[in-house]
Amino acid sequence: MEKVLKCHVGIGADVVGEALVADDNFSARYDLDRIKGVFSRPTHALAGQSYRDKILVFNTAKGGVASAWMLHEMTSRGIAPKAILFNAANTILAQGAALAGLAMCDRFEDGDVTTLIKTGDVVSVYPQEGRVVVKTAGD
Amino acid sequence: MRLSPEEEAMLAGELGSARKWAVEHQLQVGRMFDAADMVPVSQAHMMADPESLGEAGVALFERFADLPERDRRVSIPMITDPRGVDLTFYDPLGQTEEMAELERRFIAACTSLGILLTDTCINYQTIMPPVLGEHVAYGDTGVVIYCNSVCGARSNFEGGPSALAAGLTGRTPRYGLHLDKHRRATRRFTVRQQPKGLTDWGVLGAVIGRKAGSYWAIPVIEGIEAVPTSDEIKHFGAAMASYGSTPLFHIVGITPECHLLEDVGGDLLHAEEVTPADIDALRRPFGAKGEKVDVVVFAAPQLSLVEMQQVAGLCKGKSIHDGTSLLVCTSPGVYADARRMGLNEAIESFGGKVLQGTCFYQQYAREIGEANGWKRLLSNSAKIVNILGGYGYAPALASMEECIASAIKGEIV
Repeated sequence: MEKVLKCHVGIGADVVGEALVADDNFSARYDLDRIKGVFSRPTHALAGQSYRDKILVFNTAKGGVASAWMLHEMTSRGIAPKAILFNAANTILAQGAALAGLAMCDRFEDGDVTTLIKTGDVVSVYPQEGRVVVKTAGD
Repeated sequence: MRLSPEEEAMLAGELGSARKWAVEHQLQVGRMFDAADMVPVSQAHMMADPESLGEAGVALFERFADLPERDRRVSIPMITDPRGVDLTFYDPLGQTEEMAELERRFIAACTSLGILLTDTCINYQTIMPPVLGEHVAYGDTGVVIYCNSVCGARSNFEGGPSALAAGLTGRTPRYGLHLDKHRRATRRFTVRQQPKGLTDWGVLGAVIGRKAGSYWAIPVIEGIEAVPTSDEIKHFGAAMASYGSTPLFHIVGITPECHLLEDVGGDLLHAEEVTPADIDALRRPFGAKGEKVDVVVFAAPQLSLVEMQQVAGLCKGKSIHDGTSLLVCTSPGVYADARRMGLNEAIESFGGKVLQGTCFYQQYAREIGEANGWKRLLSNSAKIVNILGGYGYAPALASMEECIASAIKGEIV
Protein backbone atom coordinates (compact mmCIF):
# COMPACT_ATOMS: atom_id res chain seq x y z
CA MET A 1 0.00 0.00 0.00
CA GLU A 2 1.28 3.43 -0.89
CA LYS A 3 0.29 6.68 0.75
CA VAL A 4 1.29 10.27 0.08
CA LEU A 5 1.97 12.65 2.97
CA LYS A 6 2.04 16.41 2.58
CA CYS A 7 4.41 18.46 4.70
CA HIS A 8 6.06 21.86 4.75
CA VAL A 9 8.69 22.58 2.13
CA GLY A 10 11.95 21.23 3.52
CA ILE A 11 15.65 21.11 2.76
CA GLY A 12 17.82 18.98 0.50
CA ALA A 13 17.46 16.73 -2.53
CA ASP A 14 15.03 13.84 -3.16
CA VAL A 15 15.95 10.54 -1.49
CA VAL A 16 14.55 7.04 -1.03
CA GLY A 17 15.27 4.79 1.93
CA GLU A 18 14.04 2.55 4.69
CA ALA A 19 12.36 4.19 7.66
CA LEU A 20 13.56 3.93 11.26
CA VAL A 21 10.85 5.44 13.44
CA ALA A 22 10.62 6.40 17.11
CA ASP A 23 8.19 8.38 19.19
CA ASP A 24 11.21 10.15 20.64
CA ASN A 25 13.28 13.24 19.99
CA PHE A 26 16.69 13.70 18.41
CA SER A 27 20.07 15.31 18.96
CA ALA A 28 23.25 14.24 17.19
CA ARG A 29 25.27 15.30 20.25
CA TYR A 30 23.15 13.64 22.92
CA ASP A 31 22.03 10.46 21.25
CA LEU A 32 24.64 9.12 18.84
CA ASP A 33 27.95 7.33 18.69
CA ARG A 34 28.87 8.94 15.39
CA ILE A 35 31.95 6.81 14.83
CA LYS A 36 30.02 3.55 15.07
CA GLY A 37 26.89 5.01 13.48
CA VAL A 38 24.52 3.87 16.22
CA PHE A 39 22.21 5.41 18.79
CA SER A 40 24.26 5.32 22.00
CA ARG A 41 22.12 7.09 24.58
CA PRO A 42 20.80 4.24 26.75
CA THR A 43 17.42 5.89 27.30
CA HIS A 44 16.77 6.65 23.63
CA ALA A 45 14.01 4.59 22.01
CA LEU A 46 16.45 3.49 19.28
CA ALA A 47 19.41 2.68 21.58
CA GLY A 48 21.84 0.28 19.91
CA GLN A 49 20.33 0.58 16.42
CA SER A 50 22.23 1.73 13.34
CA TYR A 51 21.10 4.94 11.66
CA ARG A 52 23.29 4.59 8.59
CA ASP A 53 21.38 5.26 5.33
CA LYS A 54 18.02 5.25 7.15
CA ILE A 55 15.17 7.71 6.86
CA LEU A 56 14.86 8.69 10.51
CA VAL A 57 11.46 9.75 11.81
CA PHE A 58 11.08 11.57 15.16
CA ASN A 59 8.78 13.81 17.04
CA THR A 60 11.08 16.81 17.41
CA ALA A 61 14.66 17.97 17.78
CA LYS A 62 16.17 18.60 21.16
CA GLY A 63 19.28 19.91 22.80
CA GLY A 64 22.22 21.83 21.55
CA VAL A 65 23.62 23.53 18.52
CA ALA A 66 26.34 20.96 17.83
CA SER A 67 24.02 18.89 15.64
CA ALA A 68 24.36 21.52 12.92
CA TRP A 69 28.05 20.74 12.40
CA MET A 70 27.65 17.08 13.24
CA LEU A 71 25.26 16.31 10.36
CA HIS A 72 27.86 17.75 7.99
CA GLU A 73 30.66 15.77 9.63
CA MET A 74 28.64 12.54 9.55
CA THR A 75 27.71 13.02 5.89
CA SER A 76 31.35 13.69 4.94
CA ARG A 77 32.31 10.23 6.27
CA GLY A 78 29.32 8.49 4.68
CA ILE A 79 27.98 7.30 8.04
CA ALA A 80 24.78 9.31 8.14
CA PRO A 81 21.04 8.93 7.72
CA LYS A 82 19.60 9.64 4.28
CA ALA A 83 16.95 11.98 5.64
CA ILE A 84 15.31 13.04 8.88
CA LEU A 85 11.59 13.71 9.22
CA PHE A 86 10.07 15.46 12.23
CA ASN A 87 6.70 16.53 13.43
CA ALA A 88 8.51 19.78 14.30
CA ALA A 89 12.17 20.40 13.45
CA ASN A 90 14.11 23.03 15.32
CA THR A 91 16.30 25.62 13.70
CA ILE A 92 19.55 23.77 14.42
CA LEU A 93 18.63 20.60 12.60
CA ALA A 94 17.37 22.57 9.60
CA GLN A 95 20.58 24.59 9.47
CA GLY A 96 22.63 21.42 9.75
CA ALA A 97 20.68 19.77 6.97
CA ALA A 98 21.31 22.79 4.75
CA LEU A 99 25.07 22.56 5.29
CA ALA A 100 25.19 18.78 4.98
CA GLY A 101 22.91 18.54 1.95
CA LEU A 102 20.73 16.17 3.95
CA ALA A 103 17.01 15.88 3.23
CA MET A 104 14.76 17.14 6.04
CA CYS A 105 11.03 17.83 6.29
CA ASP A 106 8.54 18.60 9.05
CA ARG A 107 4.97 19.79 9.77
CA PHE A 108 2.93 16.95 8.26
CA GLU A 109 -0.66 17.77 7.37
CA ASP A 110 -2.10 14.34 8.19
CA GLY A 111 -0.98 14.22 11.82
CA ASP A 112 1.78 12.56 13.81
CA VAL A 113 4.48 11.43 11.40
CA THR A 114 5.83 8.93 13.97
CA THR A 115 2.56 6.99 13.60
CA LEU A 116 1.99 7.65 9.88
CA ILE A 117 5.28 5.94 9.03
CA LYS A 118 6.42 2.59 10.48
CA THR A 119 9.92 1.19 10.84
CA GLY A 120 10.77 -0.77 7.71
CA ASP A 121 8.52 1.25 5.38
CA VAL A 122 10.16 2.38 2.17
CA VAL A 123 9.97 6.15 2.12
CA SER A 124 10.57 8.58 -0.75
CA VAL A 125 11.20 12.15 0.39
CA TYR A 126 10.70 15.13 -1.93
CA PRO A 127 11.71 18.10 0.25
CA GLN A 128 11.32 20.85 -2.33
CA GLU A 129 7.73 19.75 -3.02
CA GLY A 130 6.88 19.15 0.64
CA ARG A 131 5.85 15.56 -0.18
CA VAL A 132 6.69 12.13 1.24
CA VAL A 133 5.56 8.84 -0.31
CA VAL A 134 5.35 5.82 1.99
CA LYS A 135 5.31 2.23 0.77
CA THR A 136 4.28 0.03 3.65
CA ALA A 137 6.66 -2.73 4.68
CA GLY A 138 5.60 -6.19 3.48
CA ASP A 139 3.80 -4.90 0.36
CA MET B 1 12.39 35.64 0.38
CA ARG B 2 12.76 39.29 -0.49
CA LEU B 3 16.41 40.26 -0.83
CA SER B 4 17.87 43.77 -0.71
CA PRO B 5 20.17 44.90 -3.53
CA GLU B 6 23.19 44.18 -1.31
CA GLU B 7 21.91 40.68 -0.54
CA GLU B 8 21.30 40.10 -4.26
CA ALA B 9 24.88 41.18 -4.92
CA MET B 10 26.13 38.68 -2.32
CA LEU B 11 24.05 35.96 -3.92
CA ALA B 12 25.53 36.80 -7.32
CA GLY B 13 29.02 36.37 -5.88
CA GLU B 14 29.95 40.05 -6.22
CA LEU B 15 31.16 40.15 -2.61
CA GLY B 16 33.13 36.93 -2.78
CA SER B 17 32.47 33.23 -2.61
CA ALA B 18 32.18 33.10 1.21
CA ARG B 19 29.30 35.59 1.29
CA LYS B 20 27.70 33.83 -1.66
CA TRP B 21 27.82 30.55 0.29
CA ALA B 22 26.40 32.35 3.33
CA VAL B 23 23.38 33.86 1.54
CA GLU B 24 22.62 30.57 -0.19
CA HIS B 25 22.66 28.84 3.20
CA GLN B 26 20.40 31.49 4.69
CA LEU B 27 17.94 31.20 1.81
CA GLN B 28 17.55 27.47 2.36
CA VAL B 29 16.93 27.90 6.08
CA GLY B 30 14.72 30.96 5.64
CA ARG B 31 12.57 29.14 3.13
CA MET B 32 11.97 26.24 5.51
CA PHE B 33 10.81 28.64 8.22
CA ASP B 34 8.85 31.02 5.95
CA ALA B 35 11.11 34.05 6.46
CA ALA B 36 9.87 37.01 4.41
CA ASP B 37 13.24 38.76 4.38
CA MET B 38 16.48 39.21 6.30
CA VAL B 39 17.00 41.15 9.54
CA PRO B 40 20.29 42.96 10.26
CA VAL B 41 22.11 41.56 13.31
CA SER B 42 24.71 43.34 15.45
CA GLN B 43 26.74 40.35 16.69
CA ALA B 44 27.27 36.68 15.90
CA HIS B 45 28.37 33.98 18.35
CA MET B 46 29.46 30.64 16.92
CA MET B 47 29.63 27.21 18.47
CA ALA B 48 32.31 25.19 16.67
CA ASP B 49 34.35 22.64 18.58
CA PRO B 50 36.59 20.26 16.63
CA GLU B 51 34.65 17.19 17.75
CA SER B 52 31.53 18.57 16.07
CA LEU B 53 33.34 20.13 13.11
CA GLY B 54 35.52 17.17 12.22
CA GLU B 55 37.90 17.39 9.31
CA ALA B 56 35.08 18.44 6.98
CA GLY B 57 34.09 21.44 9.11
CA VAL B 58 37.64 22.67 9.59
CA ALA B 59 38.27 22.32 5.85
CA LEU B 60 35.26 24.61 5.18
CA PHE B 61 36.82 27.33 7.35
CA GLU B 62 40.20 26.89 5.68
CA ARG B 63 38.61 27.29 2.27
CA PHE B 64 37.25 30.67 3.32
CA ALA B 65 40.50 31.62 5.07
CA ASP B 66 42.35 31.25 1.77
CA LEU B 67 40.24 33.95 0.10
CA PRO B 68 41.43 37.56 -0.34
CA GLU B 69 40.99 39.63 2.83
CA ARG B 70 38.06 41.68 1.52
CA ASP B 71 36.15 38.48 0.73
CA ARG B 72 36.84 36.54 3.90
CA ARG B 73 36.44 39.00 6.80
CA VAL B 74 33.22 38.81 8.82
CA SER B 75 31.15 41.97 8.58
CA ILE B 76 29.98 42.27 12.23
CA PRO B 77 31.61 41.49 15.60
CA MET B 78 31.74 37.72 15.80
CA ILE B 79 32.80 35.68 18.84
CA THR B 80 33.23 31.99 19.65
CA ASP B 81 31.80 29.42 22.03
CA PRO B 82 34.15 27.17 24.07
CA ARG B 83 36.89 25.30 22.26
CA GLY B 84 37.32 21.54 22.44
CA VAL B 85 40.98 21.52 23.41
CA ASP B 86 42.73 23.66 26.02
CA LEU B 87 46.04 23.90 24.16
CA THR B 88 47.86 24.45 27.48
CA PHE B 89 46.50 21.17 28.92
CA TYR B 90 45.43 18.39 26.62
CA ASP B 91 47.89 15.53 26.78
CA PRO B 92 47.26 14.95 30.52
CA LEU B 93 43.54 14.72 29.76
CA GLY B 94 44.11 12.00 27.22
CA GLN B 95 43.42 14.21 24.22
CA THR B 96 45.56 13.45 21.19
CA GLU B 97 47.88 15.54 19.08
CA GLU B 98 45.43 15.06 16.18
CA MET B 99 42.66 16.71 18.22
CA ALA B 100 44.97 19.59 19.14
CA GLU B 101 46.08 20.02 15.55
CA LEU B 102 42.48 20.22 14.32
CA GLU B 103 41.92 22.89 16.96
CA ARG B 104 45.01 24.85 15.91
CA ARG B 105 43.93 24.79 12.25
CA PHE B 106 40.47 26.02 13.19
CA ILE B 107 41.86 28.85 15.35
CA ALA B 108 44.17 29.98 12.53
CA ALA B 109 41.27 30.02 10.06
CA CYS B 110 38.99 31.95 12.43
CA THR B 111 41.70 34.52 13.07
CA SER B 112 42.06 34.98 9.34
CA LEU B 113 38.31 35.60 9.06
CA GLY B 114 38.45 38.30 11.77
CA ILE B 115 36.55 36.20 14.31
CA LEU B 116 37.30 37.02 17.97
CA LEU B 117 38.25 33.82 19.79
CA THR B 118 36.49 34.54 23.05
CA ASP B 119 35.88 30.79 23.61
CA THR B 120 33.01 31.30 25.98
CA CYS B 121 29.39 30.34 26.53
CA ILE B 122 28.96 33.10 29.13
CA ASN B 123 29.53 36.04 26.81
CA TYR B 124 26.43 37.64 28.38
CA GLN B 125 28.34 37.75 31.69
CA THR B 126 31.79 38.52 30.36
CA ILE B 127 31.95 40.08 26.87
CA MET B 128 29.11 42.31 25.65
CA PRO B 129 25.57 41.44 26.74
CA PRO B 130 22.93 42.37 24.15
CA VAL B 131 20.22 44.89 25.04
CA LEU B 132 16.44 44.75 24.93
CA GLY B 133 15.20 44.37 21.35
CA GLU B 134 18.66 43.89 19.82
CA HIS B 135 18.70 41.38 16.96
CA VAL B 136 21.68 39.01 17.18
CA ALA B 137 22.74 35.62 15.75
CA TYR B 138 23.92 33.52 18.66
CA GLY B 139 24.84 29.89 18.92
CA ASP B 140 25.00 27.75 22.08
CA THR B 141 21.52 27.17 23.37
CA GLY B 142 22.44 28.45 26.83
CA VAL B 143 23.61 31.74 25.35
CA VAL B 144 20.48 32.11 23.23
CA ILE B 145 17.98 31.35 25.96
CA TYR B 146 19.70 33.72 28.42
CA CYS B 147 19.99 36.57 25.93
CA ASN B 148 16.41 36.18 24.68
CA SER B 149 14.87 35.75 28.11
CA VAL B 150 16.97 37.79 30.53
CA CYS B 151 18.33 40.47 28.20
CA GLY B 152 15.31 40.67 25.87
CA ALA B 153 17.49 40.29 22.78
CA ARG B 154 16.23 38.47 19.69
CA SER B 155 17.96 35.38 18.39
CA ASN B 156 17.11 31.95 17.11
CA PHE B 157 19.35 29.01 17.92
CA GLU B 158 21.98 29.63 15.27
CA GLY B 159 24.02 26.49 14.78
CA GLY B 160 27.64 27.01 13.77
CA PRO B 161 27.04 27.16 10.00
CA SER B 162 24.26 29.72 10.40
CA ALA B 163 26.22 31.84 12.88
CA LEU B 164 29.09 31.87 10.39
CA ALA B 165 26.70 32.85 7.61
CA ALA B 166 25.33 35.68 9.78
CA GLY B 167 28.84 36.86 10.57
CA LEU B 168 29.68 37.01 6.87
CA THR B 169 26.47 38.72 5.74
CA GLY B 170 25.61 40.79 8.82
CA ARG B 171 22.03 39.54 8.75
CA THR B 172 19.94 36.45 9.32
CA PRO B 173 16.58 35.23 7.96
CA ARG B 174 13.72 36.92 9.82
CA TYR B 175 11.83 34.00 11.36
CA GLY B 176 11.15 32.49 14.76
CA LEU B 177 12.20 34.64 17.69
CA HIS B 178 12.94 37.69 15.58
CA LEU B 179 9.15 38.02 15.24
CA ASP B 180 6.83 39.24 18.03
CA LYS B 181 4.33 36.45 17.41
CA HIS B 182 6.83 33.71 18.29
CA ARG B 183 7.82 35.38 21.56
CA ARG B 184 4.41 35.07 23.17
CA ALA B 185 3.91 32.36 25.76
CA THR B 186 2.36 29.07 24.68
CA ARG B 187 2.62 27.21 28.02
CA ARG B 188 2.00 28.55 31.54
CA PHE B 189 3.69 26.97 34.56
CA THR B 190 3.09 27.70 38.23
CA VAL B 191 5.95 27.12 40.66
CA ARG B 192 5.25 26.70 44.39
CA GLN B 193 8.52 25.15 45.61
CA GLN B 194 11.13 27.91 45.52
CA PRO B 195 14.52 26.90 44.05
CA LYS B 196 17.55 27.47 46.27
CA GLY B 197 20.99 27.55 44.69
CA LEU B 198 22.35 26.79 41.23
CA THR B 199 21.40 23.12 41.03
CA ASP B 200 17.81 23.69 42.15
CA TRP B 201 17.47 26.34 39.48
CA GLY B 202 18.93 23.98 36.90
CA VAL B 203 16.56 21.19 37.90
CA LEU B 204 13.54 23.50 37.72
CA GLY B 205 14.64 24.66 34.27
CA ALA B 206 15.07 21.05 33.18
CA VAL B 207 11.57 20.09 34.40
CA ILE B 208 9.96 22.98 32.53
CA GLY B 209 12.05 22.33 29.42
CA ARG B 210 11.03 18.68 29.40
CA LYS B 211 7.37 19.59 29.80
CA ALA B 212 7.50 22.31 27.13
CA GLY B 213 9.42 19.96 24.86
CA SER B 214 9.78 21.90 21.63
CA TYR B 215 11.61 24.84 20.13
CA TRP B 216 8.27 26.40 19.32
CA ALA B 217 6.84 26.18 22.87
CA ILE B 218 7.50 29.29 24.99
CA PRO B 219 6.97 28.89 28.74
CA VAL B 220 5.80 31.65 31.06
CA ILE B 221 6.50 30.92 34.71
CA GLU B 222 4.65 32.40 37.67
CA GLY B 223 5.20 31.95 41.38
CA ILE B 224 8.91 32.77 41.58
CA GLU B 225 9.18 34.88 44.73
CA ALA B 226 12.77 36.13 44.68
CA VAL B 227 14.82 37.56 41.84
CA PRO B 228 17.48 35.00 40.88
CA THR B 229 21.15 35.89 40.41
CA SER B 230 22.69 35.89 36.96
CA ASP B 231 24.35 32.53 37.73
CA GLU B 232 21.09 30.99 38.95
CA ILE B 233 19.09 32.05 35.92
CA LYS B 234 22.02 30.96 33.73
CA HIS B 235 21.69 27.38 35.06
CA PHE B 236 17.89 27.61 34.81
CA GLY B 237 17.98 28.59 31.14
CA ALA B 238 20.82 26.29 30.12
CA ALA B 239 19.02 23.26 31.55
CA MET B 240 15.68 24.27 30.02
CA ALA B 241 17.28 24.64 26.59
CA SER B 242 19.07 21.33 27.00
CA TYR B 243 16.01 19.30 27.98
CA GLY B 244 13.46 21.07 25.84
CA SER B 245 15.28 22.78 22.98
CA THR B 246 13.58 25.83 24.48
CA PRO B 247 14.93 29.16 23.21
CA LEU B 248 12.98 31.65 25.38
CA PHE B 249 11.11 31.78 28.68
CA HIS B 250 9.37 34.50 30.59
CA ILE B 251 9.18 34.81 34.38
CA VAL B 252 6.38 37.07 35.55
CA GLY B 253 7.71 40.23 37.18
CA ILE B 254 11.34 39.30 36.53
CA THR B 255 12.22 39.01 32.82
CA PRO B 256 11.95 42.21 30.78
CA GLU B 257 9.16 41.29 28.36
CA CYS B 258 6.82 40.06 31.10
CA HIS B 259 6.05 42.56 33.83
CA LEU B 260 2.54 41.12 33.95
CA LEU B 261 1.26 37.71 32.87
CA GLU B 262 -0.87 39.31 30.16
CA ASP B 263 2.16 41.00 28.53
CA VAL B 264 3.00 37.66 26.89
CA GLY B 265 -0.54 36.30 26.64
CA GLY B 266 -0.11 34.06 29.69
CA ASP B 267 -3.51 35.03 31.09
CA LEU B 268 -5.13 33.18 28.20
CA LEU B 269 -3.33 29.91 28.97
CA HIS B 270 -4.22 27.04 31.28
CA ALA B 271 -1.88 27.01 34.30
CA GLU B 272 0.11 23.77 34.85
CA GLU B 273 1.69 23.23 38.24
CA VAL B 274 5.31 22.15 38.65
CA THR B 275 4.97 19.66 41.50
CA PRO B 276 7.51 18.27 43.97
CA ALA B 277 6.96 14.92 42.21
CA ASP B 278 8.10 16.48 38.93
CA ILE B 279 11.28 17.72 40.61
CA ASP B 280 11.93 14.33 42.24
CA ALA B 281 11.36 12.48 38.97
CA LEU B 282 13.94 14.64 37.24
CA ARG B 283 16.54 14.16 39.96
CA ARG B 284 16.01 10.42 40.57
CA PRO B 285 18.09 9.01 37.67
CA PHE B 286 21.01 11.21 38.76
CA GLY B 287 21.21 10.13 42.41
CA ALA B 288 23.97 7.71 43.47
CA LYS B 289 24.81 8.34 47.11
CA GLY B 290 27.63 6.21 48.47
CA GLU B 291 29.04 5.27 45.06
CA LYS B 292 32.64 5.90 44.12
CA VAL B 293 33.03 9.07 42.06
CA ASP B 294 35.64 9.15 39.28
CA VAL B 295 35.44 12.76 38.21
CA VAL B 296 33.75 15.91 39.47
CA VAL B 297 33.05 18.49 36.76
CA PHE B 298 32.02 22.11 37.03
CA ALA B 299 31.03 23.27 33.54
CA ALA B 300 28.04 23.73 31.23
CA PRO B 301 27.82 26.65 31.46
CA GLN B 302 31.39 27.84 32.09
CA LEU B 303 31.84 29.31 35.55
CA SER B 304 31.55 33.02 36.21
CA LEU B 305 34.14 34.72 38.41
CA VAL B 306 31.67 34.52 41.29
CA GLU B 307 31.27 30.75 40.85
CA MET B 308 35.08 30.42 40.66
CA GLN B 309 35.30 32.18 44.00
CA GLN B 310 32.69 29.82 45.47
CA VAL B 311 34.49 26.68 44.24
CA ALA B 312 37.85 28.04 45.41
CA GLY B 313 36.39 28.81 48.83
CA LEU B 314 35.15 25.23 49.19
CA CYS B 315 38.52 23.82 48.08
CA LYS B 316 40.74 26.02 50.22
CA GLY B 317 42.90 24.12 52.69
CA LYS B 318 41.48 20.71 51.69
CA SER B 319 42.62 17.88 49.41
CA ILE B 320 40.92 15.75 46.81
CA HIS B 321 40.66 11.95 47.22
CA ASP B 322 43.35 9.97 45.39
CA GLY B 323 40.83 8.15 43.21
CA THR B 324 38.89 11.23 42.10
CA SER B 325 39.60 14.05 39.63
CA LEU B 326 38.18 17.58 39.57
CA LEU B 327 37.84 19.70 36.44
CA VAL B 328 36.61 23.29 36.37
CA CYS B 329 35.87 24.97 33.03
CA THR B 330 35.79 28.71 32.57
CA SER B 331 36.37 31.34 29.91
CA PRO B 332 39.90 32.60 29.11
CA GLY B 333 38.95 36.00 30.50
CA VAL B 334 37.63 34.66 33.79
CA TYR B 335 40.60 32.27 33.97
CA ALA B 336 43.04 35.18 33.85
CA ASP B 337 41.10 37.13 36.48
CA ALA B 338 40.81 34.08 38.72
CA ARG B 339 44.54 33.45 38.36
CA ARG B 340 45.29 37.06 39.34
CA MET B 341 43.01 36.75 42.37
CA GLY B 342 44.43 33.46 43.62
CA LEU B 343 41.28 31.43 42.94
CA ASN B 344 42.86 29.01 40.47
CA GLU B 345 45.66 28.39 42.96
CA ALA B 346 43.18 27.35 45.64
CA ILE B 347 41.52 24.86 43.25
CA GLU B 348 44.87 23.51 42.05
CA SER B 349 46.26 23.16 45.60
CA PHE B 350 43.17 21.06 46.33
CA GLY B 351 44.15 18.79 43.45
CA GLY B 352 41.73 20.10 40.81
CA LYS B 353 42.44 21.55 37.39
CA VAL B 354 41.01 24.75 35.90
CA LEU B 355 40.64 24.57 32.12
CA GLN B 356 40.49 27.76 30.07
CA GLY B 357 38.24 28.31 27.09
CA THR B 358 36.73 24.82 27.01
CA CYS B 359 33.60 23.13 28.27
CA PHE B 360 33.79 19.50 29.36
CA TYR B 361 31.08 18.06 27.12
CA GLN B 362 32.49 19.86 24.08
CA GLN B 363 35.98 18.48 24.46
CA TYR B 364 35.83 14.90 23.23
CA ALA B 365 34.06 13.76 26.39
CA ARG B 366 33.86 10.13 25.25
CA GLU B 367 37.57 9.87 24.45
CA ILE B 368 38.80 11.57 27.62
CA GLY B 369 36.44 9.44 29.71
CA GLU B 370 37.86 6.27 28.14
CA ALA B 371 41.46 7.50 28.44
CA ASN B 372 41.09 8.23 32.15
CA GLY B 373 38.74 5.42 33.10
CA TRP B 374 36.04 7.89 34.13
CA LYS B 375 32.57 6.42 34.38
CA ARG B 376 30.84 7.93 37.39
CA LEU B 377 30.75 11.68 36.85
CA LEU B 378 29.37 14.14 39.38
CA SER B 379 28.34 17.72 38.58
CA ASN B 380 26.12 20.50 39.83
CA SER B 381 24.96 21.17 36.25
CA ALA B 382 21.58 19.73 35.29
CA LYS B 383 22.57 20.36 31.68
CA ILE B 384 25.77 18.34 31.67
CA VAL B 385 24.26 15.28 33.35
CA ASN B 386 21.60 15.29 30.64
CA ILE B 387 24.16 15.32 27.85
CA LEU B 388 26.75 12.85 29.08
CA GLY B 389 24.58 9.73 29.29
CA GLY B 390 25.09 9.35 25.52
CA TYR B 391 28.86 9.67 25.95
CA GLY B 392 29.24 6.55 28.07
CA TYR B 393 29.16 8.16 31.51
CA ALA B 394 26.97 7.40 34.51
CA PRO B 395 26.26 11.00 35.49
CA ALA B 396 25.09 12.13 38.93
CA LEU B 397 23.83 15.49 40.14
CA ALA B 398 24.55 17.32 43.41
CA SER B 399 25.04 20.86 44.69
CA MET B 400 28.42 22.56 44.39
CA GLU B 401 29.04 22.00 48.11
CA GLU B 402 28.13 18.30 47.87
CA CYS B 403 30.33 17.92 44.77
CA ILE B 404 33.39 19.18 46.61
CA ALA B 405 32.58 17.12 49.71
CA SER B 406 32.28 14.06 47.42
CA ALA B 407 35.59 14.87 45.74
CA ILE B 408 37.23 14.89 49.18
CA LYS B 409 35.66 11.61 50.25
CA GLY B 410 35.98 9.87 46.89
CA GLU B 411 32.34 8.85 46.97
CA ILE B 412 29.05 10.65 46.48
CA VAL B 413 27.91 12.09 49.82
